[in-house]
Amino acid sequence: MSITAQNVTKRFGDFVALDDVTVECPAGELVALLGPSGGGKTTLLRVIAGLEVPDSGTVLFKDDDITKHSARDRNVGFVFQHYALFRHMTVFENVAFGLRVRKWAEPRVRDRVLELLRLVRLEEKAGLYPANLSGGQKQRIALVRALAPEPKVMLLDEPFGALDAKVRSELRDWLRRLHNELHVTSIFVTHDQEEAFEVADRVVVLNKGRVEQTGAPVEVFERPANGFVMDFLGNVNKLPVRVEGGRALLGETGTVELPGRVFGASENGRTDAYVRPHELDLARTADGGNCLLARVLHVNPAGSVVKVRLWAEDFGLMINVDITPERYRALALKPTEPVYITPKAEAVSDTDYAI
Amino acid sequence: MTTPAAIPDLLPTAPGAGGAGAPTRQSPIANRKSQDPLWVRVTLTALALGCMTVLVIVPVVSVFYEALSDGLGTYWKTLTADPDTRHSVLLTLTVAPLAVLCNLVFGVAAAWAITRFRFRGRTLLVTLIDVPFSVSPVVAGLMFVILFGLQGFFGPWLRANGLQVLFTVPGLVLATTFVTLPFVARELIPVMEAIGPDEELAALSLGASGRQIFWRVTLPNIKWGLLYGIILCNARAMGEFGAVYVVSGRVAGETCTMPLQVEMLFNEFNTPGAFALASVLTMLAVVTLLLKVWVEGRKKQDSPQRHESHTKEHKEE
Repeated sequence: MSITAQNVTKRFGDFVALDDVTVECPAGELVALLGPSGGGKTTLLRVIAGLEVPDSGTVLFKDDDITKHSARDRNVGFVFQHYALFRHMTVFENVAFGLRVRKWAEPRVRDRVLELLRLVRLEEKAGLYPANLSGGQKQRIALVRALAPEPKVMLLDEPFGALDAKVRSELRDWLRRLHNELHVTSIFVTHDQEEAFEVADRVVVLNKGRVEQTGAPVEVFERPANGFVMDFLGNVNKLPVRVEGGRALLGETGTVELPGRVFGASENGRTDAYVRPHELDLARTADGGNCLLARVLHVNPAGSVVKVRLWAEDFGLMINVDITPERYRALALKPTEPVYITPKAEAVSDTDYAI
Repeated sequence: MTTPAAIPDLLPTAPGAGGAGAPTRQSPIANRKSQDPLWVRVTLTALALGCMTVLVIVPVVSVFYEALSDGLGTYWKTLTADPDTRHSVLLTLTVAPLAVLCNLVFGVAAAWAITRFRFRGRTLLVTLIDVPFSVSPVVAGLMFVILFGLQGFFGPWLRANGLQVLFTVPGLVLATTFVTLPFVARELIPVMEAIGPDEELAALSLGASGRQIFWRVTLPNIKWGLLYGIILCNARAMGEFGAVYVVSGRVAGETCTMPLQVEMLFNEFNTPGAFALASVLTMLAVVTLLLKVWVEGRKKQDSPQRHESHTKEHKEE
């Protein structure tokens, strides 16, 4: 069942949490609400769940306007960041809660709960209390508790926010597989772009109560709609440029042409270019001409790419460059050494300026 | 003459925080041991024990000593022979539970409203809950006289409808409820704040009705805090003297609660009777105290788990 939030506005006093937000989640898809904290993601999720009443706007499940419905009647599975398990109930009773309030018959309750506990491989924990579970186990119980009454949609608020990195990535894969099996329309909130890109079918980037961009992960990553999205997706060099004749030139007077994206420019052509570290290369000599002298500050060789941080003294800029391990070995970089930063040839031709 | 149990109870006991603070509290004590010189420790301990002996143990023991000085038989006869004394015990055992019941309803409602909603006048309500703590009980009693007395605001209307509040059991319950008003709410507010609204919201989104949420989620979570509040409230209600003194009119055998009856007997130079009844009041206080210790233990048993899971979550963040 598809979920639509139309023109939703929500204020808390003077603070505008949601400013005329429209988000659509097609049936059976897994959508990520991505953005910095305070961006309105959680508020939107709570509005959809009925835990928060919007000042204006409507929420539709399929074609039904459910804006006025209580959270109780929406049949939504909601997963809280801090699990919100009932601490005085056993794992079994936690999962059974949604069925018991619906007055399911006892044998049916037992079958359903055990089936769900098997699904998350926690059958043997049925008799324990939440306090005796690890964070990852708690979150899995919270998930199946929400799934138990067969909700029409699932809403997850930073479901893995409180877990450590390893458990997090395991649960992420598990959630994706679970969604592939069940196909319940789901929306989850995250501030972790990697998580959003890895798990979601669609990503909605929210900032300051507004939608910055909506699209498939690939679309959002490769064609960010604006500077904010580019910046938020992280791992990007933000460099001051002036735009002359459709070319972005570094600094006030520099002649280095940059391959990155430029979002709008002021009247005198000054703006910022966003260049991803892998769109740059390093060289020992200034052969090509289109290059920038910088000093190596720090090298992080742990990973599939070697991350090099450099300081371009002439412009007072910190620049990150990703190179392949082979290239790193060939260059034999050492800290404080001067090298030349050059835009990669193929990256330049690929660029479309959004001026 | 005042209520022995009420005095230690009135100390702010940092509700809810008892369990959470315990592990951190241990280490400073351990450190102290190695730092402070012996004579400081001995002096302070002796001072504390001395004060306790002079101010609490000796008076309490002397009440029982005085009451039982003529033997158990006389003690029992003094207690049971006087119908006014018998009535005062019954009256206290009626008024105190009724006042506790009123407080239970008010306390849960107030704590719920204060911790779960943001509304205009919320801060005012939080402040007002404490008013009975700061107003002298005698003044509280006088306020009710002004309101419900014959010349009071509601006096003419009440008389016209054949109702009487002053000098009756409802008046006693009202005055006692006022004086004990903060106990349950004050105890519950921090507990409910610490638990947070998430479990209730989870229950709501799982399809539970308001009543189901209260009985199946909220109440089990706050039950020990609630019970603790009730016990404190009951101790205070049984021992209440000032406000009840004013509104009761002190009609022996009708509106005299135990503390009032003790004072009356004492003023009539019926010392054995006064001490016998005082000893019963003291025993009620001791029972309350034991209940309180037991509930505190249960509260602590519940809260370390809570504390553990909390810190764990924060660490993982």
